[in-house]
Amino acid sequence: MNTYFIKRFIAMIITLWLIITGTFFLMHSVPGSPFNEERTTNEAIQKNLEAYYHLDEPLIVQYGNYLSALLHLDLGPSIKKSSQTVNEMLGRGFPVSFELGFYTLILAVLSGMTLGIIAALRHNGVVDYLSMSIAVLGISIPNFVMATFLIEQLAVNFPIFPVATWSSPKHMVLPILALATGPMAIIARLTRSSMLEVLTQDYIRTAKAKGLSPVKIVFKHALRNALLPVVTVLGSLAASILTGTFVIEKIFAIPGMGKYFVDSINNRDFPVIMGTTIFYSAILILMLFLVDLAYGVLDPRIKLHKKEAK
Amino acid sequence: MELRKQEERNISPDIPDEWFVPKVQNQSEAEAVVRPSLSYWKDSWYRLLKNKLAMAGMAFLILLAIFAIFGPIISPHSVETQKLTSQNLPPSSEYWFGTDDLGRDVFTRTAYGARISLFVGLVAALIDFIIGVVYGGIAGYKGGKTDNLMMRFVEILYGLPYLLVVILVMVVIGPGLTTIILALSITGWVGMARIVRGQVLQIKNYEFVLASKTFGTKTGRIIRKNLLPNTMGPIIVQMTLTIPSAIFAEAFLSFIGLGIQAPHASWGVMANDGLSTILSGYWWRLFFPTLFISLTMFAFNVLGDGLQDALDPKLRR
Repeated sequence: MNTYFIKRFIAMIITLWLIITGTFFLMHSVPGSPFNEERTTNEAIQKNLEAYYHLDEPLIVQYGNYLSALLHLDLGPSIKKSSQTVNEMLGRGFPVSFELGFYTLILAVLSGMTLGIIAALRHNGVVDYLSMSIAVLGISIPNFVMATFLIEQLAVNFPIFPVATWSSPKHMVLPILALATGPMAIIARLTRSSMLEVLTQDYIRTAKAKGLSPVKIVFKHALRNALLPVVTVLGSLAASILTGTFVIEKIFAIPGMGKYFVDSINNRDFPVIMGTTIFYSAILILMLFLVDLAYGVLDPRIKLHKKEAK
Repeated sequence: MELRKQEERNISPDIPDEWFVPKVQNQSEAEAVVRPSLSYWKDSWYRLLKNKLAMAGMAFLILLAIFAIFGPIISPHSVETQKLTSQNLPPSSEYWFGTDDLGRDVFTRTAYGARISLFVGLVAALIDFIIGVVYGGIAGYKGGKTDNLMMRFVEILYGLPYLLVVILVMVVIGPGLTTIILALSITGWVGMARIVRGQVLQIKNYEFVLASKTFGTKTGRIIRKNLLPNTMGPIIVQMTLTIPSAIFAEAFLSFIGLGIQAPHASWGVMANDGLSTILSGYWWRLFFPTLFISLTMFAFNVLGDGLQDALDPKLRR
């Protein structure tokens, strides 16, 4: 466990470092200075600005400075929104995005698993076909299409929910629904197929033979084993939810991190793009790491400190 | 005793015993194959034909391809011509899908968007296929240290959030069709490489590969002739699932303003334009592009599912 943990941890740090380095040099390879705008500034001001943002130093020095600032969790100032730092923007946007992402994940996991279990128990029945059709539809409809559809139906045609912003639970319903359909569908399909596989196992037959109640068989014996594949996709699902927040926050005008990110892309505000990318990547890599560890804890058959069985 | 024997032999009283003649067993006849033998591909094809949903998806995709190729040609309107006298017209016999706020024909633009989507999806899948097969093939076939090193690299790339990388690349090299495809291919091939490598690792130990080796076949030829044909099933499935994700990525990027730029039409661009008019009731501007995105993704997904069932019946349920 320990050696595996350390190995995984080091790999995580290396991946993160690669992302930071890659992002940094990509961003700095864009031709032109961020201050080259239509409004021509005085040469002296230009110089001062570049000095302020350390853009006059050689690239490798800037890189070193950026890394050492990162170690102090400082992502630097924004170029386009002066007097704001990337940290401040993230501090404001992240709680909102986290809330959105967290509720979405919960909804997706709960509803997806329920659909999957029901479908597996009614294998090849009407319910099975119905829920799997819903699942394929959920995978096929992009989240921004789902969002526009929900707005059109539940906010414009039948004004049940408000269209935009993030101020009350009522405001949260549509964005969460729009974001959750895709992941829900993926979880439903996975749960169904792994439940079907588990239900044919001998220990399930034994449990039935013992006369256990169906509820106990499903929840205590089948589900626990069927959940493993679902756990493995949680990391990549979190990634898709995260990128999904970009469009969802844009559509619903939610003041989250995704909105800052998309704005910074359109403004070419490189420190913000860089900072948010690194922040996002760090979260995702951490998620993948935790999922890996959780997997080992949930399934004792998988020995994390595997000694290369050959 | 005598009576029972009599009863046994006389199965039906109307048929005399003489009619019952033992069948002459002919060795060659017994071993003759009655049903024509089916190759793996034929067998899979018949199985796919029976899957109605997958066939419906395939039919839709064929129609979509026809629409993409001939739609802009048969339409009397061009993609980019703006006609400010006919803004936001609802669907009619003149404008089949209506017009947008600059008086452009939505039908032509949707067909043009189909071209872009299919092109992005197919080219991205093709690039993923080439890189993934070569990389995964070499890693799986060489094994050992080479494999270890190559897969380390893949693991790192695999840990990167796909759309985030794509967005970054788009920011750096600027929006456009070629950049979208380039950005999608940078990390897109990783999934394919993993699948091919896993398959090759498994198959390279089979006897026919060993036989091939004993004949002194060169590595490249073994990979091409022995290993790849036997990994084609999962590769095809992976490709059919890559296409919708590439199409989604293009629409997503265009939607947030990083993809195809005006005056070109893409479903994502059209959906983004249409979104702002949602309150004014010009439903056709949002409806047609989003309908086509969803139907196309749906068709590719069900076809991919169907292919998976058809090519790997063991996994079928």
